[in-house]
Amino acid sequence: MSGAEQTMRLVLRSTSGKVGVALVIFHIVLAIVSPWVVPYDFNAQSEVLEHMGPSLAHWGGLDTLGRDVFTRTLLGGREALLVTIFGTAIAMVWGSLFGMFSGFKGGRTDEFMMRAVDTFLAIPFMILLLLVIASFGNSVIVLMLTLGFLYGIGVIRLARAATLGEVTKDYVLAAQARGESVWVILLAEILPNIRDALMVEAAMRWSWMLLAFSALSFLGFGVTPPTPDWGLMIANARIYMPLAPWPVLLPMIALSSLIIGINLMADALAKSLGLDRVQRMPL
Amino acid sequence: MSLPLLKIDGLSIGYEGADGVAVPIVNQVDLQLEEGSTLGLVGESGCGKSTLLLALMGYYDSGLARLAGKVALLGKDPGALNEADLQLFRGGDVALIPQNAGQALTPTLKIEAQMLEALRLHTPLPAASRQDRILQLFDRVQLPDPANLLGRYPHELSGGQQQRVALAMALAGNPKVLLLDEPTTGLDVTTQQAVLALLSEIALESQTAMVFVSHDIGVIGAVCERVAVMYAGEIVELGACNQILQHPRHPYTQALLSSIPKLGQAWAFKAPTSIQQGQDRRLSGCAYAPRCEYVGPTCLKQKPRLTRDQDREVKCVQLSEIARMVAPAGGHKGESKMVGQEYVLSVNNLSVSYDHTGWWPFASRQERKLTVREVSFDIVRGQTLGLVGESGSGKSSILRTLIGLQKSFEGEAQLLDKFDLTTPVAHRSKACLSKIQMVFQNPDASLNPRQSIFAALARPLRIYFRLSEPEIRAEVERLMAAVQLPMEYSARYPGQLSGGERQRVAIARALASKPDVLLCDEITSALDVSVQASIIQLLKDLKDAQGLTLLFVSHDLPVVMALADDVAILQRGQICESGRVEQIFNAPEHPYTQSLIKAVL
Repeated sequence: MSGAEQTMRLVLRSTSGKVGVALVIFHIVLAIVSPWVVPYDFNAQSEVLEHMGPSLAHWGGLDTLGRDVFTRTLLGGREALLVTIFGTAIAMVWGSLFGMFSGFKGGRTDEFMMRAVDTFLAIPFMILLLLVIASFGNSVIVLMLTLGFLYGIGVIRLARAATLGEVTKDYVLAAQARGESVWVILLAEILPNIRDALMVEAAMRWSWMLLAFSALSFLGFGVTPPTPDWGLMIANARIYMPLAPWPVLLPMIALSSLIIGINLMADALAKSLGLDRVQRMPL
Repeated sequence: MSLPLLKIDGLSIGYEGADGVAVPIVNQVDLQLEEGSTLGLVGESGCGKSTLLLALMGYYDSGLARLAGKVALLGKDPGALNEADLQLFRGGDVALIPQNAGQALTPTLKIEAQMLEALRLHTPLPAASRQDRILQLFDRVQLPDPANLLGRYPHELSGGQQQRVALAMALAGNPKVLLLDEPTTGLDVTTQQAVLALLSEIALESQTAMVFVSHDIGVIGAVCERVAVMYAGEIVELGACNQILQHPRHPYTQALLSSIPKLGQAWAFKAPTSIQQGQDRRLSGCAYAPRCEYVGPTCLKQKPRLTRDQDREVKCVQLSEIARMVAPAGGHKGESKMVGQEYVLSVNNLSVSYDHTGWWPFASRQERKLTVREVSFDIVRGQTLGLVGESGSGKSSILRTLIGLQKSFEGEAQLLDKFDLTTPVAHRSKACLSKIQMVFQNPDASLNPRQSIFAALARPLRIYFRLSEPEIRAEVERLMAAVQLPMEYSARYPGQLSGGERQRVAIARALASKPDVLLCDEITSALDVSVQASIIQLLKDLKDAQGLTLLFVSHDLPVVMALADDVAILQRGQICESGRVEQIFNAPEHPYTQSLIKAVL
């Protein structure tokens, strides 16, 4: 589609857009190919060399258990990316559908759904997450569904607000007058017009979800050891930081570069779609 | 002769095109304005009239710049003033009344605060006497009950009141020149007339000079002494208003005047040769040549100059030729054919109300307001009923009810004697849905901006008929041809079409289901006069060719007159008079109808 192509071109025109897209693509490619390119087995221990600093053989040094930090950092984003990419997709799909429906229906349906959303937003996500993980375990599927559900609640609000801006327009009225069904109106008429806002929202949600996932791992609820994960690595090596900073530094750089990349990409996307443009006075 | 207040010499305003060549928006304009005189600028949208007007205030849209020429207003050049002087100049020497006063007033400030600010900036009055001055000004613009008005916000005023407040603000600094940018376009006819009368009075009384921009030549005629007709950034005819209105000489002025339907006159519309064509500013010859019906070989080669011709100045080399060719036109409105007396649409005792029920089930239902009261009418097959009324008279509510989108109403409505139109749209059968279709007021809003024209036309075909892809394509081709648009347009998006073309697409979409009844909701009010004329012509053609029955809602009497067979006048939700068009317009009985007809210029 030429519209998508044009947007992509606009995103890539700004320096921040280039950097953001490059970082995101780098991390995704890395997550896919890392099992074949890592220099060591991520679980191989070397007791003699624990807490050793960076060397030519071990670029990132070794951690508490004498495992290669560089290897583990390369692999550490795999599960996080898998969970958050699908989690974001789930959040966007169900959040948009419910939000659009709520905004389109209006009246009591809308009122009821918005109050339900408010109620959920009032509960801290982290507590809900821990609750779910405590009862259903921390498998990838459970994490995906839970994160997707929780982060979709915010999407409902955005999709509803965007829909409210569209429902009063005559083309929606025209579609109703033609006798189109509700879902055709939502998906074929309204969705293309609010797509831009949703795309930017998706990018933002993704970066937040990534932080939440890493926080979970940091707390010990996300990824089960010994699977390498950035949040977990930071948590484990944290206490030795004054002594051996590298096992913390490397995953930190990896995680923050990905999050910064996503944010830069989202910003450039918003700019190129004209969503952050300030209206100027005509006279 | 009094001193020229405003002198424009060879002014050109434009932007630099992609190829580095300057594209003029306003081209070589010479104008003079004496103290206390009024000048109108007319032309269709995009002819550069607003750009010219704003240049007089020293304002250029981004990307635009003065290419050549001089402006002297009260001996000053607004383009050369610095920021501080410009602020004094605007509002002090020159004041602008914008097109939409409602948007020009600050929504979050009360009227009083805005008036005080205008006085503080543009008059040397001490703070204590400003209040009195406001009352004086309000009195002057005939705003009743000023004490009450001052405490309100702009959105709490009617359109006419907003326009009067804007006028009072403009008059605050006692400007020598008032610039008016389509000041009455958004108002309904009665309000429009009142505002125009007020403007003429002010021009007479205070000897304020006015430059009045409008696409409506009738409005100009009511206020201005002189008029300049603009086309493609150039003045093509300039002279005394009544002279030009009665005897237009330039072919464009003639086309402009003939495209306005007039009351009491047979409306003979001559379709401009190609209405879709934009205004090309870079032709080596006459800019109007591509659309001109009298075009000759010299027109294409040489740019004509504005030359004196008897009582006015005209920019055309073919004048003597045209005078010879024009025979007195006098078409007659053909008697409408009777295609059998079958009632296609009958509405009986329809009342529409708006319920203000929140989601609390206990809330009182007392706020039930009737917007339409016991309206009844029938339409015979192939006939057109015009429903006329001012804004808020309930016209649109009736249409919404018939199309099944109105929730609370009482009464009966039958389509073709077999479909009950009181069922909401969600419960109607496909057969019923396809028989009655609606065209909306504003094609910008009624077409989905993210849908190509082809997709927009294919939607109804997919809903109502089981067609294969090639059949849909053929059907879209037929529809595009029916509304006289080239098939290549079907790949475009609404944003790539002009307003008139978009409305054609909207009509084509409504025709896709092969309806018997077409509901038209003010479908020409968002369009230029010449485009409006072509849309009316299109509807007439469609009506004759397909035997369509139209319910045509409009606030514009002349348009209804040009199209309808029968007419019903709505006042505050009730039909106060109805009958054949000729009868109503020639001998209106109800005082409201009389005042409506009188209000039309």
